Amino acid sequence: MSQDINILSPCGMLGYGFPEESFRRGMAQRVHAVVVDAGSTDGGPHKLGAGVSIVSRRAYKKDLEIILGACLPRKVPVIIGSAGGSGAKPHVEWTLDIIEEILRERGMSAKIAVIWADFAQERVLEALRQGKIVPMSPNIPLLTEQAIRETASIVGQMGHEPVLKALESGSEIIVCGRAYDPSPFAAVGLFHGKDPGLSYHLGKILECGALCAEPATTKDCILGTISDGHFTVRALSDCRACTPISVAAHTFYEKDHPYLLHGPGFMLDLESCTFTEPEPGVVRVSGSRFIPRDKTFIKLEGARLAAYRTFVIAGVRDPILLRKLEEVENAVIAQTKQYYPEIDERDYEIRFRNYGMNAVLGEREFEPFRGHEVGVLFEVVAKTQELASSICATLRSTFLHYGYEGRKSTAGNLAFPFAPSDIEFGPVYEFSVYHLMECRADDFPIEYRQGGVRNGEAG
Amino acid sequence: MAKLGDIARVLRSKNSGPFELTLDCLFDNREYYERLKRSNAITKEAIARLYRIREDQVHQLVFYDQALGFKVTIAREVSSGSAGDRDVYGAQQHAPLMDLEVALEEG
Repeated sequence: MSQDINILSPCGMLGYGFPEESFRRGMAQRVHAVVVDAGSTDGGPHKLGAGVSIVSRRAYKKDLEIILGACLPRKVPVIIGSAGGSGAKPHVEWTLDIIEEILRERGMSAKIAVIWADFAQERVLEALRQGKIVPMSPNIPLLTEQAIRETASIVGQMGHEPVLKALESGSEIIVCGRAYDPSPFAAVGLFHGKDPGLSYHLGKILECGALCAEPATTKDCILGTISDGHFTVRALSDCRACTPISVAAHTFYEKDHPYLLHGPGFMLDLESCTFTEPEPGVVRVSGSRFIPRDKTFIKLEGARLAAYRTFVIAGVRDPILLRKLEEVENAVIAQTKQYYPEIDERDYEIRFRNYGMNAVLGEREFEPFRGHEVGVLFEVVAKTQELASSICATLRSTFLHYGYEGRKSTAGNLAFPFAPSDIEFGPVYEFSVYHLMECRADDFPIEYRQGGVRNGEAG
Repeated sequence: MAKLGDIARVLRSKNSGPFELTLDCLFDNREYYERLKRSNAITKEAIARLYRIREDQVHQLVFYDQALGFKVTIAREVSSGSAGDRDVYGAQQHAPLMDLEVALEEG
């Protein structure tokens, strides 16, 4: 029997924070790696398109300081998955810059592996021409040359292979560009010769932090242990615990299927898994099956700039207006369009969101409106910022003073919380690439560098 | 008759990638789970009606006994965060499913 491998996941998203006490409790074990996911597409296409993070630099650094400060002196490798939120070049560089700052501030040094996940347009165009690209689900449009050319930033989700290579090279910090979320975790188990099905299933659970415990949270640590034939997970804070149901249920989370998971080059079949509790708060999982595929397809993600937005938030309290709110809004849109006959109507879109009425579900709302107050958000998205702001200003003033039938409040229809009322949002992005592409051996290049204070250099 | 939202322990929605929305319904009670599964109330047709979509826009509907739950994955009409989206994380789209009335036979 080979030794048990412990993997500590501090939180579900680097920069979300975690209790230091939980982390220290985890580090009191013999930990073989600390792995933390930093990425997601859940927050929409903006991060990838604009090259920015969803967490603040301050929070990202705060989390990394605790992790690096504990791991580097103990020679525990640190792996960051999907660095900076989207794992494209600007996100990876932002992460490296923060790591460098921490190392220098603390007079430390580390061997860093950087695994890039960017894909040049030419590379994707070539794969498209060779018929090596397919959509992820039936409602995604087929990829076109035009869509690729309009997408400045394209990343691919790496599997465990480059991370495994970086571990084999003795890296102390591994900064991954965009990765399949469980892969950086799975690489640790595989590096230590563990079963790929167990390694990946554990990775799938750990990548969300303590979300598999009760009460669930992404902002706390979780410890995973891979043995021969099973793995276990346990929470590291007294205020939460893992149960067989909570861990089994987590297998569901944010995937399209409850027990079949598609990763780069394999499928994970969790249908026959068993979840038991050998001791209180420790959940043992076995039966996770790794089924390799003939060809490795990686998931490509790309975001393009689609339009610019200006929006307004206002309150409506007048009961007469509330009774005919949608009718008035449609009339306001019509009058605004009439005011700009010289502008092509295809160059802009106007939308109303009536919070308190049906803003969240739209057409799917089944409850009749019963409120006495509604928050109205209206937006104009247009080809340019100037166009969006001009039309939004006309829309706002038209709505404010619109004289609908039966109106008694002739001084104004909207309560603005702010002055100015119109907010320039800037560019709006959209996912223009979300497709599978056949992977090549030279995708995801690894670059090694020495970070922090070098020999002979003052700290 | 019971409302699904009253008998489920977890009933949630979330993106499964930017182009799909996934609904999870989990129980903490094997009896309720088994009775719901046997009731055949959860079908692609019922989901399509609830979410005002076509049946072919219901991409998955699967029960998973180990977790005492089922999962439904549907197509998003607008991809996450694009102009016109109402719920970037897809985190508040579970309410229609909560309101679904199901007839549970006696255990």
